[in-house]
Amino acid sequence: MELKRVVVTGLGALTPLGNTVAAYWDGLINGVSGAAPITHFDASKFKTQFACEVKGFDPHEFMDRKEARKVDPFVQYAIASTDEAVKDAGLEFDKLDTNRIGVIWGSGIGGLKTFFEEVASFAKGDGTPRFNPFFIPKMLVDIAPGHISMRYGLRGPNFSAVSACASSTNAMIDAFNYIRMGMADVIITGGSEATINEAGIGGFNAMHALSTRNDDPKTASRPFDKDRDGFVSGEGSGAIILESLEHALARGAKIYAEVAGGGMSADAHHITASHPEGLGAKLAMSKAIADAKFSYADVDYINVHGTSTPVGDISETKAIIDLFGDHAYKLNISSTKSMTGHLLGAAGAIEAIASILSVKNDIVPPTINHFTDDPEIDNNLNFTFNAAQKRVVNAALSNTFGFGGHNASIIVKKYHS
Amino acid sequence: MSDIASRVKAIIVEKLGVDENEVTPEASFTNDLGADSLDTVELIMEFEKEFNVAIPDDQAENISTVGQAISYLEKNVNN
Repeated sequence: MELKRVVVTGLGALTPLGNTVAAYWDGLINGVSGAAPITHFDASKFKTQFACEVKGFDPHEFMDRKEARKVDPFVQYAIASTDEAVKDAGLEFDKLDTNRIGVIWGSGIGGLKTFFEEVASFAKGDGTPRFNPFFIPKMLVDIAPGHISMRYGLRGPNFSAVSACASSTNAMIDAFNYIRMGMADVIITGGSEATINEAGIGGFNAMHALSTRNDDPKTASRPFDKDRDGFVSGEGSGAIILESLEHALARGAKIYAEVAGGGMSADAHHITASHPEGLGAKLAMSKAIADAKFSYADVDYINVHGTSTPVGDISETKAIIDLFGDHAYKLNISSTKSMTGHLLGAAGAIEAIASILSVKNDIVPPTINHFTDDPEIDNNLNFTFNAAQKRVVNAALSNTFGFGGHNASIIVKKYHS
Repeated sequence: MSDIASRVKAIIVEKLGVDENEVTPEASFTNDLGADSLDTVELIMEFEKEFNVAIPDDQAENISTVGQAISYLEKNVNN
């Protein structure tokens, strides 16, 4: 079977750095931190009292009051970024075969706020169940692509990919595969997450996963710095329109970049800790390189998972050096989580957008908040510390790794006819 | 308009996102006010909470218009 070429024709983003793709990219290349004290709930009793929240978001700009009330924030975010991406791609669904347009969407947790509030309300009562009838359909991860399909009348493949912090990369690779196999013409993909609430912050705090740098939130996410102390919770959404090249050309769509390949693996090691030598990470990256029919030297930029946790940053670095050899030192590497925080299941989506725009604009966004080298990390690598760098970026690889040991890497490259 | 009627209407306006003047006694939740089956369940639960009553399922099945809700509650709520 001859595989079709797959291109990116639209983008949408709702992030801690800005509520549109343009605002997000502007924040990224200017090294802006999205971290600030938590406003979504009273965090005064929590070990971590800051996060990278979405700011100034009004769901009523995207849906009426009744609709907004019936969906969890992770779905509100999904719809906002999808609207932007659909407009950006110039998709006119009434002129297209909507049976061949799908939605494959990632979220690590789904409606955690809804789940938490409904269960808390039950626990406060006398044992009489008074659950809201929208409890389950607000909470389910797959309700996000369901709502997107209903909003636009899209009847192609429709489901969610769930692999914790790799979720939206898995979703994008699935979308890429379905399109190149000819099973859909267009797929809206990406992911959304909204876990900055008592359960999300409390749960990750209990694992000692979050930074507790409450006195200086903006410098808390510091991947590869000696004094990194955990990740910073982020939230938001990224939407990416993937489309077969022939379909995109036939409707005269603008093309941001081409999807070159995807790779997936498991660590088979531990529920939350990454493999110390980065075995699963290497496997995912090498599969993506092979899928793209690349040599390692064809990659110019790696948008790393780099969450700013003590162990994970070291193993990912080792994996890159081991795999790319001498070329590792010619790469630009950056963790945009230094600015956005960690959007969990939406991380892959917004980081793929950063990678796509890096390929399009030949600018690599930085890893901000670098103060002190870590002797356990090879600092001859170019981590793009503290300021964006201009370079030709022919191809970028984006890594995401999730609890459970899931690893997914996707490669995008410049589009040439 | 009775106190119960005005509270019922306020709940319907809030939950179904409809205009107050659409909420007439004859208006059907599903046919006129855009409610689906889940909305209707939620409305009944809101009435139970607001008026501190338990509406059995077999009674709830007979409440499909604004007027039916008001008259059921007027009969069953102790003021």
